[in-house]
Amino acid sequence: MYAFEFQKPTSIQAAVEALKDDEAQALGGGQTLLPTMRQRLASPGTLVSLSGIAEMRGVCRADDGALCIGGGTSHAVVAQEAAGIYPGLAGLAARIGDPAVRNRGTIGGSLANNDPSACYPCAVLASGARIITDRREIAADDFFEGMFTTALEQGEIITEVRFPVPEASNYQKFIQPASRFALVGVMVAKYAGGVRVAVTGASEEGVFRWTEAEKALSDNFAASALKDLTVSADGMIADMHGSAAYRAHLIKVLAGRAVEAAA
Amino acid sequence: MPKDTGPEKTTGIGASPKRREDIRFLTGRGRYTDDITLHGALHVHFLRSDVAHGRINGIDTKAAEAMPGVHRIFTGADFEGVGGIPCGWQITDRHGEVMQEPAHPVLAQGKVRHVGDPICAVVADTLAQARDAAEAIVLDIEELPAVIDMKQAVQDGATKVHDDLTSNLCYDWGFVEENRDAVDEAIRNADHVTTLELVNNRLIANPMEPRVAVGDYNPATDESTLYTTSQNPHVIRLLMGAFVLGIPEHKLRVVAPDVGGGFGTKIFHYAEEAFCTFAARQLKMPVKWCSTRSEAFMSDAHGRDHVTKIELAVSKDGEFQALRTETYANMGAYLSTFAPSVPTWLHGTLMAGNYRTPLIYVNVKAVFTNTVPVDAYRGAGRPEATFQLERVIDKAARELGMDPIALRRKNFITEFPYATPVAVEYDTGDYNATMDKLEEIADLSGFEARLAESKKRGKLRGLGVNCYIEACGIAPSNLVGQLGARAGLYESATVRVNATGGIVVMTGSHSHGQGHETSFPQVIADMIGIDESMVEIVHGDTANTPMGMGTYGSRSIAVGGSAMVRAAEKIINKAKKIAAHLMEASEQDIELKDGKFSVAGTDKSVAWGDVTLAAYVPHNYPLEDIEPGLEETSFYDPNNFTYPSGAYACEVELDPDTGRVTIERFAAADDFGNIINPMIVSGQVHGGIAQGVGQALMEACVYDENGQLLTGSYMDYAMPRADDLPFFSVDHSCQTPCTHNPLGVKGCGEAGAIGSPPAVVNAVCDALQRAGHNITHIDMPLTPSRVWTAMQQSGGQ
Repeated sequence: MYAFEFQKPTSIQAAVEALKDDEAQALGGGQTLLPTMRQRLASPGTLVSLSGIAEMRGVCRADDGALCIGGGTSHAVVAQEAAGIYPGLAGLAARIGDPAVRNRGTIGGSLANNDPSACYPCAVLASGARIITDRREIAADDFFEGMFTTALEQGEIITEVRFPVPEASNYQKFIQPASRFALVGVMVAKYAGGVRVAVTGASEEGVFRWTEAEKALSDNFAASALKDLTVSADGMIADMHGSAAYRAHLIKVLAGRAVEAAA
Repeated sequence: MPKDTGPEKTTGIGASPKRREDIRFLTGRGRYTDDITLHGALHVHFLRSDVAHGRINGIDTKAAEAMPGVHRIFTGADFEGVGGIPCGWQITDRHGEVMQEPAHPVLAQGKVRHVGDPICAVVADTLAQARDAAEAIVLDIEELPAVIDMKQAVQDGATKVHDDLTSNLCYDWGFVEENRDAVDEAIRNADHVTTLELVNNRLIANPMEPRVAVGDYNPATDESTLYTTSQNPHVIRLLMGAFVLGIPEHKLRVVAPDVGGGFGTKIFHYAEEAFCTFAARQLKMPVKWCSTRSEAFMSDAHGRDHVTKIELAVSKDGEFQALRTETYANMGAYLSTFAPSVPTWLHGTLMAGNYRTPLIYVNVKAVFTNTVPVDAYRGAGRPEATFQLERVIDKAARELGMDPIALRRKNFITEFPYATPVAVEYDTGDYNATMDKLEEIADLSGFEARLAESKKRGKLRGLGVNCYIEACGIAPSNLVGQLGARAGLYESATVRVNATGGIVVMTGSHSHGQGHETSFPQVIADMIGIDESMVEIVHGDTANTPMGMGTYGSRSIAVGGSAMVRAAEKIINKAKKIAAHLMEASEQDIELKDGKFSVAGTDKSVAWGDVTLAAYVPHNYPLEDIEPGLEETSFYDPNNFTYPSGAYACEVELDPDTGRVTIERFAAADDFGNIINPMIVSGQVHGGIAQGVGQALMEACVYDENGQLLTGSYMDYAMPRADDLPFFSVDHSCQTPCTHNPLGVKGCGEAGAIGSPPAVVNAVCDALQRAGHNITHIDMPLTPSRVWTAMQQSGGQ
């Protein structure tokens, strides 16, 4: 780890100010950034910790029924406090990483990082959630722009995420045996207006929606509705843990299981 | 010696007291090498090669030397005239030629030969300063083509790892060479030949504690001390002192304090140890290195990595007639300490397994590649032998339409001693007894019901059974000397009885998780009849233990324990003489029981403490006949290996939609001979099975074709975790005591890792075949992706 300056503002306003420095980098729970810095693969001049900002933490319900999660809320808190409102999301949060990761890592940090195998991006996309930042609101469909790339601007902070609560939902994660990240993860969420299906871990483009499945499931919310669909292996990740064809195959298997578990 | 009498025993041999060392380990009070902080210690960071093969055209350290805190930057040039890292075993090949043995400099000279090969060592006040300075070193390295695949490496014209060797072939070993033609003929004429080609996957040991070395030098006495994470400090002292640095033993002390797991990879003498000792002498300040986990992946010796073709000739009615194997064994870029012995004498000699196969021929080609050196890893050669043998037997049973257990039983060795055609003599064993026990504890008769239940849930289920035998209690020195070992393999112990009766045993064995501090006192307590709390075990420091060979090859209780027994016997003999004097009786009439010496047929007795006190306060003492004091040393050299054996069963469930395999049941019936502490033995078997299952299902060290290590962290190298494993059913009540050591013990450290991989793979193949897939083998690790891919290609259901 190289030497760096450290700031811990207590308000969003102060954090935004601190991040105007070109050398500054926001620090959420540090579950990706700190190991990267330890390996000397990242060298921010200043770390601006967001963990002192009370207004960015917590889980509540908005007037329109949406589940609102502060950007600095840990996975463990979501797992516990969202369980009665949005069990599909709480279940996803409960299985991210290990207890240390869940108690340090934050939803805002995970989304800003947009690891192609992370779980939260899948939930945000499947829920059609809205990302609230210090300066604007971004729809899930506009937020994820490929592996480790998002619509966030330099210094922009995710302050809150608003999830419309589905009628039924489920997340199926098939783990990569070493890292236990999602080799493939599929989230299915059923809303009055239709079903959304998001996939993580599989595509070289990062998290994506499986629109054919959404259409089929919106007509008939049953695993059997997926029977005749196939997922192309084109553009899927291939590595020692699974070929592109294997990942494409798993998407369909897991989507079916998610529907069965949700229905 | 009494046999294991079960859980009702509370003390001595056969009891299961809790491990006394665990209190300090589990409460953070262990003293590991990294806990040793010497005043003014400097820190070293090794700049390692990031290419697999390259020519060093220049190293510019000028800017780096001027960086804050830097004391000195060492390169290979600083080691001109210093010895290289030695190899401890020389193999003679099938043509009578000795193996090719390349130089192994402490820091790279001329070329780098694997990713992780150390090029420069930066010594600075702090580790951060050393790392900063390392980044300022300018390397001019011309990358060369790398040789990674063993079969390509031995082709004509292949790039050579070592320019001064004739090829990348270290040796071409045949065993037993005189049997070669007879085996070929038997296979040509056989009723049936089952052939299997397989890979024994390359592994990284991953002990919880990474390697650490601290070098210290005292200019006043010209004495060097090395603190290191070693399984055998005396071996390190001899190798490093005599072959690398030229320091005589009386000026060199090696201390291996608490060590957090070894699994073989901490046997070997490593460059970092020699470097820290050397640099401390040069700089006259302590020098410390603590491996990062990333460094461990690319500098700890790896394990396994064999590519094998095995052929088993079987008669129509299922009798094994001949066995032939051809193995390519990866040595990596340099010869690690015991590397040449692993695929040869620890592998070829085990190819008879538990069976009466009259003709066996083993060919092993050891190959240099641009990868990390490969050496012993839990089991070392014996898992490779067991895996191929038990896999080919399973395949043969299916081809012959025979039950795999029945085929094994038909060929079991049943009479002992048994001289195998591969040069070893099994002293005892009862393979039918362990198989009977296995059938009982694994509830094999209930398998069909469990299969039906799995089917109902849409899952495949399979059962895998196999046997194993291992040769451990390593080893008779005169024998291994003939086989090329450059060391003796005896063990030592000094038993020191203090004046008030407490005992310290200084053993040449080394405990790095095995529980010696608990089990060794049980033996002494049993022999004398005193409480175990009166006995303390000292190990790991060349300054206060007799010259010993350390712990590996399941040898500690069989060889180290035997040395301790011999020394304790000398103690008892002398104590009886003293007791006889005190009671004015004849020495022949003295009996020792429950810590009391009595005169047979009388009520006269003296307590243990009376005798020990007399030995050190010899007022009323036969000074003309015996010396005062009560301290004895023994060196025990075994006259044979020991041969633990057993039968293992694994039941898996397989998700046909994803290829994911889960271990549902695992049973192990082992014959370890007599047992000192059944709880510790169970723990050793549990750990061994976990590592074997890890190899079978999850672990693989993978290089790409350029020699980059793709599994360089836990993000890609899959270690088994608790939830990957079921509860194990283990039994070691089948006991045929070893006939040639005083405790009748055989050793249990490696069995689980040897016996379990074939059980897992046999079970997965069984599940797939029951579901109609024409799959006879899948190479380990059987990851979901590999299993699913095999299912797609087989076109089964």
